[in-house]
Amino acid sequence: MSALGISALKVLAALGLMLGNGVVMIYMLRKVLGHLHIRLGPMHVGWKGTLQTVMDVLKLLTKEDITPRAVDRWLFRIAPAVVFIPSLMAYAALPFSDTWRVTNLDSGLLYTFTALSLVPLGILMAGWASSNKWSLLGGMRAAAQQIAYEVPLLLSVLPIVMLVGSMNLGVIVEAQRGTVLAVIPRWFIMNPLFWPTFVLYSISALVETNQTPFDMSEAESELVGGFATEYSAMKFGLLFLSEFSNQFIVAALTVTLFFGGWTLPWVPEAVSNTFGPLTFMLKTYLVIAVMMWIRGTFPRVRIDQLMQLGWQRLIPISLAWIVISGVVIKVWS
Amino acid sequence: MQGAADHIVLAAFVIIGILFVPLTLTASRLLAPSKPDERKLDTYECGSEPIGPPWVQFRIGYYVYALLFVVFDIETVFLYPWAVAFDHLGLFILVEMVIFIAILAAGLAYAWKEGALRWR
Repeated sequence: MSALGISALKVLAALGLMLGNGVVMIYMLRKVLGHLHIRLGPMHVGWKGTLQTVMDVLKLLTKEDITPRAVDRWLFRIAPAVVFIPSLMAYAALPFSDTWRVTNLDSGLLYTFTALSLVPLGILMAGWASSNKWSLLGGMRAAAQQIAYEVPLLLSVLPIVMLVGSMNLGVIVEAQRGTVLAVIPRWFIMNPLFWPTFVLYSISALVETNQTPFDMSEAESELVGGFATEYSAMKFGLLFLSEFSNQFIVAALTVTLFFGGWTLPWVPEAVSNTFGPLTFMLKTYLVIAVMMWIRGTFPRVRIDQLMQLGWQRLIPISLAWIVISGVVIKVWS
Repeated sequence: MQGAADHIVLAAFVIIGILFVPLTLTASRLLAPSKPDERKLDTYECGSEPIGPPWVQFRIGYYVYALLFVVFDIETVFLYPWAVAFDHLGLFILVEMVIFIAILAAGLAYAWKEGALRWR
């Protein structure tokens, strides 16, 4: 098959995965939150409500698409695309196993962050174009918090790049293969040098994906629907889908950077490679489950607290940690 | 040429993304009803009439944060290549980078002192 055909198939596979993830994750979120609240969550459509989100997607498709009179029509229409396309592109560099990956980019880590960092642009466009006070506030908050936390997010993972010497996500995973002292997995989460890195990364990543303790941009109790207030039907569906997709990407990055990606410790390399994609998806969904648990547990922080935490704590700490880990890595080797 | 093939795939991502969005919106347009009326097309503000346009002067705080962001994001762009080559670089470059980070940290401290990091 031609190179173009293969690339198109790869992209369609990624698109399918993105849509599948959206459907599964929304069901999962409702079930996890339900059980955290000691209720059942969706139960009626299909076995234990499993078909609920499929029906919801169909419903979104057949809903009336309302474009309010006052909006900036042009921006209002393209904003969902500006949110959706980078979110799809972020799938390109993820290594599902040593052979299952769309591309083998040497700048994979930076590429994924770049794709994710385009999303707030679309959210800002959506918020502004809606010509609605709720939306504008939501869009502005989204832009402010996401640009504030992009810096610590990028800085926090630098020590890993320094140790591995590559931004290729596959190489980063390979560096975590096997065990230390025959029992401890060589995962970066097991390395004390990366514990502060992990904390910084987790907080920034939750903010970047608008997860609940930090979902200022669509805080439904303050801002109605945030930047998505005026969106309905499939435009809303696209905005929503990319949000879940971004959450998946961040969870997958967490697995890649800290939990050994597709590799399994304690088993022969061949076995761990065979089950690579399965391991990767399983680990990613575990991380997603933890993110949903956080979402069900913590109250929302205030925007001023959030901005102060970002600029006055996380950025200085991550800068300091780069210097410290630089010295440690040099002394070690 | 692994690199070139990868870039074709990335281009395919953009193209298919651009095609997918109108496709779903068209599907939705064909399937969905469309009965706009005066009230439905109003800006939604929880039922009350919107007073004044939302496109007004906005607080300056966001602008200051955006300026600071540009500085630090570009710093990060400089730090990434350094981190990739970190293994091969000597102690001298480490010291140089520490000085670079210190200058930026001083900038952050200045912005902090001037109150740019305070949310008002």
